[in-house]
Amino acid sequence: MSDDIALELSDVTKIYQISQGMFGGTKPLRALDKISLQLRKGEVLGLVGESGCGKSTLAKVLLGLEKPTTGNVRVYGQPFGTHDRRWIARRIQPIFQDPYSSLNPRKSVREIITLPLKVHSVGDSSSWDKEVAKMLDLVGLPQRLIDASPSQMSGGQRQRVAIARALIMRPEVVICDEPTSALDVSVQSQVLNLLIDLRDELGLTYLFISHNLAVVEHIATRVAVMYLGRVIEQAPAARIFDAPKHPYASALLDSILTPDPALGVPDVNLDGTFPNPVDPPSGCTFHPRCPSATALCSAKRPEPVEQAPGFVTCHLHDPEIQKELT
Amino acid sequence: MEPLLSVKNLRVEIPVGTGMLKPVRGISFDLQKGETLCIVGESGCGKSLTSLALMGLLPKVARRSGDHLRFAGQDLLGLKERQMAKLRGQDMSMIFQEPMTSLNPAYTIGDQLTEGMIRHQRVSRAEARDRAAFLLEKVGITAAASRLTQYPHQLSGGLRQRVMIAMSLMCGPDLIIADEPTTALDVTIQAKILRMMKNLQAEFGMAMIFITHDLGVVARIADKIAVMYAGAFVETGTAQQIFDAPTHPYTKGLLSCIPVPGKTERGARLGAVPGVVPSLINGVEGCGFASRCPMRQAACGSEPDLTDRGAEHSCRCVHDTDTLRNMEWEAA
Repeated sequence: MSDDIALELSDVTKIYQISQGMFGGTKPLRALDKISLQLRKGEVLGLVGESGCGKSTLAKVLLGLEKPTTGNVRVYGQPFGTHDRRWIARRIQPIFQDPYSSLNPRKSVREIITLPLKVHSVGDSSSWDKEVAKMLDLVGLPQRLIDASPSQMSGGQRQRVAIARALIMRPEVVICDEPTSALDVSVQSQVLNLLIDLRDELGLTYLFISHNLAVVEHIATRVAVMYLGRVIEQAPAARIFDAPKHPYASALLDSILTPDPALGVPDVNLDGTFPNPVDPPSGCTFHPRCPSATALCSAKRPEPVEQAPGFVTCHLHDPEIQKELT
Repeated sequence: MEPLLSVKNLRVEIPVGTGMLKPVRGISFDLQKGETLCIVGESGCGKSLTSLALMGLLPKVARRSGDHLRFAGQDLLGLKERQMAKLRGQDMSMIFQEPMTSLNPAYTIGDQLTEGMIRHQRVSRAEARDRAAFLLEKVGITAAASRLTQYPHQLSGGLRQRVMIAMSLMCGPDLIIADEPTTALDVTIQAKILRMMKNLQAEFGMAMIFITHDLGVVARIADKIAVMYAGAFVETGTAQQIFDAPTHPYTKGLLSCIPVPGKTERGARLGAVPGVVPSLINGVEGCGFASRCPMRQAACGSEPDLTDRGAEHSCRCVHDTDTLRNMEWEAA
């Protein structure tokens, strides 16, 4: 396996047992369905899809917060199980959506940012203060806030504290789960600028999860589109945004509202609603909403087809199936 | 033509521990029948309280005042709550952001849809249910009749928001105020719902006031735009004017903050508006934006008026139009 891969998922499936009421027993929900994905060193992989498609479950698996039901996760070539949580935490750190709930309101900024150092027994109290001061500079927070509590700060400042906490262990990979969704437009751009700068400065690798496609288009170098627990298309950002192949990816991108008053509201070519994930449709799970669905789509589950430099999970783009049909 | 809604110098004041909070500081606008006004601004700028003030739904401690708030020939400022209640739901209705919290979990969709119509128009339950089923179909809900017996928790977020929209249409209002109606929804659903609202507007001819922070949404649906900052409109104009020739430094700053696919270079630094919104307790000294503005000068110490910058275009700034148009935000 090549050296430039930071994280690798192979055939990862995560099944939750969902209670069906007091006497209904449980039903399996496939939050992740045989996902194979690589995160290469130094890239920004954007992960997009509607709510309930499994984006956040994927983030949890990568952080080691959830164990996959089947399949393997490798971190820098090493399987997850061979190391403890702390080994993973030194390499992979999260930034969450809501800086109002992801920071302990009873702790000061100093305590929040030093906690990872304490947990990992790195240095002592004198070096911690120096480290924290350095981190505050790095994320653009004034030193006077070091003893402030999160409740005294604005949303943008809190998110900077969350970023400082994530980076203090000098991780190589940062999982950003909707890092700017809770922020105002003018603050969102500052946090995005900071993430872009930090990546250049520290050589970070990001998995960037967001439902804001314009933001993903801006920051991502490669994009994976998820639908109902599967990655249905994956390609470099420029390729996928300019010419999406999967019908769902193109519907999703059609619904981006760019700030252009000359254009009206787009007519998104997408039928019906998001299916119940406990009872997914047969074959290709997207077929009930797909404008190009054929009889085959409800019968046969599509597998990822290599379309260098990426892949598409759709019968329409499977040359062998298309050959059979014609 | 007499506008459907004419607001002059609307103010909201709320007494708080340390003085008087002034979240809406004298806003004025006219809205014609069938028109869409978007009020855009960041959190805390007073846009939601503006909508509640228009609907007469402010919390009890809040005080509403102004020169006039004329809706269909009637000044709402002088109305008693009982008279206001007659208008609400009947002639003007509201769509809230969170369909999760604005629907009552203990009643069926049908009960909640029909309640207002039965009360306002004294129609029979059956008639109201027919209208409810008709509107549910209009907003794109399949098997509408059977949905009436369902409870909110049985519907997805997108469906609930559609129910809210159908509910706002039940009595055929002239004005709908929508406060961030699609913010909590997925992008594909957002596009569908916005499109549907525009179609319904074309069909039924109601005016809309649309409150949002999403500039993409604003650009696509607005006829007129008001950019709100620190409780006041800082720039108003047509959608074209605001996006093609923004004038106020705040509007320009906001527009530089969002990546525009195809225009902004991928991975490049975005613009930023540094600083924070001023406290609105006891009002604002001078121009509310001065503390964040790269063009501030001594004259900004007193609040400038909203002045004309072309037909239908106005801006609240001491600088002249050419200086403002040529101003560029430096990338932060």
